Amino acid sequence: MQDFVQHLINGISLGSIYALIALGYTMVYGILKMINFAHSDVYMVGAFASYYVARWLGIDSNPSIGTLIILLLTSMFFCSLLGLLIERLAYRPLRNSPKLNILITAIGVSLFLEYGGQVVFGADPKVFPDVMKDFVLFSGAGIELTSFDITVLIVSILAMFALDFLIYKTKLGKAMRAVSSNPSVASLMGVNPDRIISFTFIVGSALAGVGSVLVGMKYPKIDPLMGMMIGLKAFVAAVLGGIGSISGAVLGALIMGLSEEMVVAYLSSTYRDALAFGILIVILIFKPAGILGKYSVEKV
Amino acid sequence: MFKAFKNPTLALIGLAIFGLGINFGFNDYIQLTVLFIMVNCILAMSLNLVNGYTGQFSLGHAGFMAIGSYFTAYSSTHWNIFPANLQFISAFLFIVGGGLLAAIAGFIVGLPSLRLKGDYLAIVTLGFGEIIRVALLNMDFLGGPRGYANIPSLGSFLSSYLFASLWILICLFTIWRVMQSSYGRGFLSVREDEIAAESMGVDTTKMKVRAFVMSSFFAGIAGSLFAHFTSFINPSSFTYLQSINAVIMVVLGGMGSLSGSIVAAIFITAFPEILRPLQELTHVDLRMVIYSLTLILMMILRPKGIFGELEITDVWRKYVRRSA
Repeated sequence: MQDFVQHLINGISLGSIYALIALGYTMVYGILKMINFAHSDVYMVGAFASYYVARWLGIDSNPSIGTLIILLLTSMFFCSLLGLLIERLAYRPLRNSPKLNILITAIGVSLFLEYGGQVVFGADPKVFPDVMKDFVLFSGAGIELTSFDITVLIVSILAMFALDFLIYKTKLGKAMRAVSSNPSVASLMGVNPDRIISFTFIVGSALAGVGSVLVGMKYPKIDPLMGMMIGLKAFVAAVLGGIGSISGAVLGALIMGLSEEMVVAYLSSTYRDALAFGILIVILIFKPAGILGKYSVEKV
Repeated sequence: MFKAFKNPTLALIGLAIFGLGINFGFNDYIQLTVLFIMVNCILAMSLNLVNGYTGQFSLGHAGFMAIGSYFTAYSSTHWNIFPANLQFISAFLFIVGGGLLAAIAGFIVGLPSLRLKGDYLAIVTLGFGEIIRVALLNMDFLGGPRGYANIPSLGSFLSSYLFASLWILICLFTIWRVMQSSYGRGFLSVREDEIAAESMGVDTTKMKVRAFVMSSFFAGIAGSLFAHFTSFINPSSFTYLQSINAVIMVVLGGMGSLSGSIVAAIFITAFPEILRPLQELTHVDLRMVIYSLTLILMMILRPKGIFGELEITDVWRKYVRRSA
């Protein structure tokens, strides 16, 4: 039972990281109806950006809250910049082309970032700077709450609340929702869809940046292919919750994190990666719209 | 009957003469590269059936290749049903067996997932490919992560080459004939407009599954040949990257062009070998960077690929004959 609670805590902590990345997928899907395969690599670039900035500022072995905040901001900044560039250079020229072409481009961008990353950063793994000290905040009844878990939870919940505020309480968020439901009508109402789409990429990528620092803190080994697996899992989480739905992404990510933790704990860790795909296949066969997604019939 | 076999026989003779030239004129390294080119040709043509002609996006081709490969590896080391001088018959049968097993896997994978569209299908096939790989990693009698070694080769270069050419021609002409038949029209109609096809009485899911099964069969064949040529396989030969490689060949050559696939397969396989001196100079692997950049630029500037939907013969008719 104690083990179970401990796994529950770890699973929630993992799930909230997945949620941050899944939100980026779901937002872009909601607005452009495309899967941004490059999102997981934006996340990777965020981790490397904070690695280099930390070394440049000389705070790579200076664990404190200040370091955490600086790295979060750095990573968010570089990720948003990259997201914006990708949208401008690769996706915008293809706005009106068939979906298959957009999909291939997205895969191309993803591969470009992964292998370009290997050329620029080197293929060998690097050690992420010490962001915080890992210590046990609370222990009792055989359960340990570490500072990492708490930080991950607090930061991701803050980020999600900020996103919620942005989407449902501001004018920009209203414009985003409008473009997502119907871009041509939104543009008749004076919203510039191109600008809103760019903004969506910026916000989604910034969330991936937050995720990258949190992952780097928890598992401090970063390499150019680190985004591949976590990106796929986050994507599965987004589909599980119903792609295009914000709360669905968070729910799906929590389910993903928990189930992965449980599989590793009670079955075998070799099945860890196959699990994500197993969940995806089952959900797509039985409920393709996801848990919270709306099923839409294609009209001619 | 004879007429139908005229072109394949001529092509086989042509390929055989080319092979003789390579057999005597070049070293082992070039010969092995030629064999890999042939494997990739089959892979690209088979994927073209799904991604190009039927318009479905599959990213799990390496999984089917792996199935064919492991079947051939296991059967050719464990089952001795023919005497040594008839090894060719058993090799042929085992390769067909690998293809059939891959086709069965393709059916199992395809039936549920082909009801999905576009992006989802891509992810699900990618997932199945990975699941096949993870399953192979956990199967101890197939070597697990250590891989499977000592797979018998098909004899000398020339015999391997002839075997591969035979399969290339079977693959090429089968797909070619199918695309001229009513099934082929069905595949094309699914690609052009699924809803219109459905309202014309085409059972779109059935068509997609047929294309997928056939494509998996040839992927299994390609995997079997690959196993014989390398004599060592392990699950990491069949990652997601191998599937991406096949996709790049199809997209580059032109989605819906068999000759395009062949040209792209030759190019994609030979290009890194040509670049090898450069790679030793710079010490970084620029290959995938160049490929991915090509992929993006191709989609933006020439979204139909080098050949588009035309075959090399059509290009000939269109540009060369007309001027004469």
